[in-house]
Amino acid sequence: MFTWKRYLLAFVITLGIFASAFWISNYFSNKKLADVKAIQDKISVDILSSETEYALLSELSCKDVSNTVLSKEIGSLAEKITYSEENIGNTEQVQQLKKFYSLLQIKDYLLMQKIADRCGVKTVSILYFYTTKDNCSECTKQGYVLTSLRETYPDLRVYSFDYNIDVSAVRALITLYKIDDTKLPAIVLNDKLITGFQSVEEIEKLVPELVKEKAKQEAAAKAVIPAVAK
Amino acid sequence: MSQIPSILNYFFAFLSVYIQVFFLISFFERRKDIVIRKDTDLIKLKRYPSVSVVVPCYNESKTIYGTVRSLLALDYPKSKLRIILVDDGSKDNTWELIQKFTKYPQVEAYHKENGGKHTAVNFALERITSEFIGGLDADSFVHPQALVRIMKTFEDDAEVMAVAPSIIVHQPKNILQKAQKAEYDMAVYTKRMLAFLGAIHVTPGPFSIFRKKVFDDLGPYRKAHNTEDQEIALRMQEARYKIDHCPDAYVFTMSPNTVGKLYRQRLRWIYGFIKNAFDYRRLIFRKKYGLIGIFTIPSGFVSVFSVIFICGLLVYNFGAYIAAKIEEIKTIGFHFNSGLPHFDWFFINTKAIMFVSLLLYAMVITALLLGRRMAEGRYRISVDVFYFVIVYSLIAPFWLLRAVWNALWSKESSWTAERRVTIN
Repeated sequence: MFTWKRYLLAFVITLGIFASAFWISNYFSNKKLADVKAIQDKISVDILSSETEYALLSELSCKDVSNTVLSKEIGSLAEKITYSEENIGNTEQVQQLKKFYSLLQIKDYLLMQKIADRCGVKTVSILYFYTTKDNCSECTKQGYVLTSLRETYPDLRVYSFDYNIDVSAVRALITLYKIDDTKLPAIVLNDKLITGFQSVEEIEKLVPELVKEKAKQEAAAKAVIPAVAK
Repeated sequence: MSQIPSILNYFFAFLSVYIQVFFLISFFERRKDIVIRKDTDLIKLKRYPSVSVVVPCYNESKTIYGTVRSLLALDYPKSKLRIILVDDGSKDNTWELIQKFTKYPQVEAYHKENGGKHTAVNFALERITSEFIGGLDADSFVHPQALVRIMKTFEDDAEVMAVAPSIIVHQPKNILQKAQKAEYDMAVYTKRMLAFLGAIHVTPGPFSIFRKKVFDDLGPYRKAHNTEDQEIALRMQEARYKIDHCPDAYVFTMSPNTVGKLYRQRLRWIYGFIKNAFDYRRLIFRKKYGLIGIFTIPSGFVSVFSVIFICGLLVYNFGAYIAAKIEEIKTIGFHFNSGLPHFDWFFINTKAIMFVSLLLYAMVITALLLGRRMAEGRYRISVDVFYFVIVYSLIAPFWLLRAVWNALWSKESSWTAERRVTIN
């Protein structure tokens, strides 16, 4: 009855099952990362093409340009990168994608500044710096606030940066705005640095134009509804 | 540190898959030896040895009639079968009921002071001279062919000292009982595989039959933490007495119909398993006792601890999720997303543990179907399987945790307490 062979066989089969599970899991992880990479490539092309348009045309049709820029996809990209960090692991591949994402954000930010200057479009951008290193609960809360604000005000652009990411352009922003890692979370709004947790109301106070714009849009929508009803 | 739960998760998953693979290997090796006879295949034994069946009763007025009737209907010569009913100081009218059966010459009825199930069986053992001795819990009914099939197993192998039957849930009505039906069907498969490995650790109260030599050599039943049917099996394994299983010797048992009753029953079983395994710890990982100590007992512990661990992990993760939600609500207030969340395959969990868990579920369901094939003669997927997975995932961790806790502090769970609940 007692044979080592049976134990060994069961062990080898179990090991095979686990190896297969890891292989399948790895296959899907790579697929997911390829998915993220594809979105990034698309955004990258979008930004590059907008920049090129700027370079080519001195007088630009502002309407066209603002439509091509950035892509709502950047929001879902952020979500996917966070998910990958948590679930696929902090691999080199994920880190690489995250670095590229940070760069794309900076490029988008700069492009938006240009459009704002040239076309007189008013955009509100927030640069948000957080850390994943020292269990920063305030950063988590700040994340909730900014996500919620972005949902309330679709015109608001939030660019988030991991303070510890090894990207020289991000380091340049940190130096530029003199951001201290002991004072995280930090946000830069209208070129002003604000450190520590900021609630929804506090941020809304800082950007009254956003609230006004929203109220205007809502009033316009209300005015349309009775007209349609008639 | 944060990796520890994940590593433990994989460790328990590995052991659980290993156990299932081990059973499947045994199944494929020996599947031709699994004999399931039809009701029309009547067995003729070369010789019909004398058998005594003891029915210990405590407050069994609701079911005793059916139990004894099924024994009287057994396809076995009346002159060779003795039915001994022992009332263990019931508080209801069990004693009056069982006395009525004494009009049958093969039935004897006794009344004694309440002392627990093992005392009731031992009371009868002292009065038995037959070659074979069996028990039948008074909440169970036997298939007419059950005894003769079991006796055939003894006839075919002179080394077999005890034979366990296949226990099937009798007329499951509610979801809880249907879930148990699926579980019992799976246990038929498990028992058959353990029998092939010579590693059965329970000779269940309902209709396990022993050669009298077992009790003559090893002594009567012991209290054994109210799980005397586990203890006698371990005692036999220690003496290297062979225990077999007869897959088509069917016994139908009443299963608990409320969560409370099921909880108390399982608490007693698991508590008994832990305490008996501790009492017989000298068997564990000792090659000379065979697979009982190398496979069955360690597997039992793996099951207990992996369920507790996985449940703990789920509760922890759920707690963390709720805490994060509360923090979110405190920070930004209630926030309703407009529209339905859109589906994106990206956010489906594709970690290796996910695939392993799915495979483990598939293996458990396969075991259940193989068991059902033995219990009913055919493969049948039913809603019971779903009930089984849901009900046991939800409530098993509670009795497992409580059993471990009680075992640590030696708090016994009582057989009679369960019976008190039964009569309401």
